[in-house]
Amino acid sequence: VGTEAVVSTQSTGFTLTYGLYGCSASQRLRQSDEVNKQLDKMGYNIGVRMIEDFLAHTPSAKRCTQFEEVADVICKQGFRMFLGIVPEVRNWNAAKDEFTLLLTENPLSEFVELPPNCADSLWYSNIICGVIRGALEMIQMEVKCTFIGDTLRGSDSTEIRVKFVKILEDSLPAGED
Amino acid sequence: YIIQQSRGLIYDEDFSWNKHTEEHTWQQHPIPLVFTADTGRVLVKFGELGTIKPGYSVIEVNRQPVTGTMGPTERPIMDMVNDPEAYPLSLTFGKGKVGANEKLMLASMFHSLFAIASKISPIEGSSGIQELETDEFSLHCFQTITGVKFFSIVDHKQTACEPLLHRIYELYTDFVLKNPFYLIDMPIRCDLFDQNLKKVIEQVERASAYSSATLA
Repeated sequence: VGTEAVVSTQSTGFTLTYGLYGCSASQRLRQSDEVNKQLDKMGYNIGVRMIEDFLAHTPSAKRCTQFEEVADVICKQGFRMFLGIVPEVRNWNAAKDEFTLLLTENPLSEFVELPPNCADSLWYSNIICGVIRGALEMIQMEVKCTFIGDTLRGSDSTEIRVKFVKILEDSLPAGED
Repeated sequence: YIIQQSRGLIYDEDFSWNKHTEEHTWQQHPIPLVFTADTGRVLVKFGELGTIKPGYSVIEVNRQPVTGTMGPTERPIMDMVNDPEAYPLSLTFGKGKVGANEKLMLASMFHSLFAIASKISPIEGSSGIQELETDEFSLHCFQTITGVKFFSIVDHKQTACEPLLHRIYELYTDFVLKNPFYLIDMPIRCDLFDQNLKKVIEQVERASAYSSATLA
């Protein structure tokens, strides 16, 4: 119980920190689009470093051969390691290169209410999209990652759509074909 | 040694304890060794004396340290060696340290060799060089999924190399990547990383000294 309490205090700290940033960014930049972009960029920078941390601490992580495996690893191991939640993977398209991540709970937006001026356009947790994009790019996969719904904006659920674009061939390290 | 994906060497550290040096005094010209002065050092090119072999460089003249190819009195060492008036002359030899530029070159060569090794392997999907054994040392390499290579050059007696490289990978992610001031692809200049790396190496050295003592 002790460790649970510690973890929840730490995650609350993170939630509040993120909240302060999001709030100050939206006040500073006024335009929600700009804030969304900023959050994505921040997420990207975090993602490129976070992937190595993840790989170093998950010795069982091997190079995924299918995009489905990627989705699986992201949810069951990645999200769990860093945010303590395990989102669901849904809605694969026919070509199996697009899926939706359904976040049943979002620690980042635990205490948040969006003010009316950005309630229509701000994707509050857009940083997550950036993180996924950055992390996968370091393992030579280019993906497009966007929010398609957020409970903060009145949707039924918080969903992120991840679409596979291509493998980055030229930066492939030797020996991995 | 750590090589980034972009083939650049971003970290290297020498933990070897071998600081073997040998001194000889000659009363007269000539010395039974052939020297060459290039790459900023005076090297033994040919000839052997005691433990001194080709590749050793002159690090002291008459017990005073040299700077590059110049002796302590600002006179080129090659001059002093060839001048009968300079005798008796005492030279101290040591295994010179590999220069920074040389290291960069060697690292990118290794990166290329690694790539070649994985391509020419007759078995499909082979990864690159994991271990390279020579008479004097072993080279162990570990490549992460993101393309960063960690390799170490160790003594034959060293057994636990892969766990060591993994441990270093963890240190890298903790102290280098989580450091917000570190820019990716730049040489690593993080004190915390250096300190913790040193601790890990010391632990490994102690453990292997212990195991070789128990074996003996």
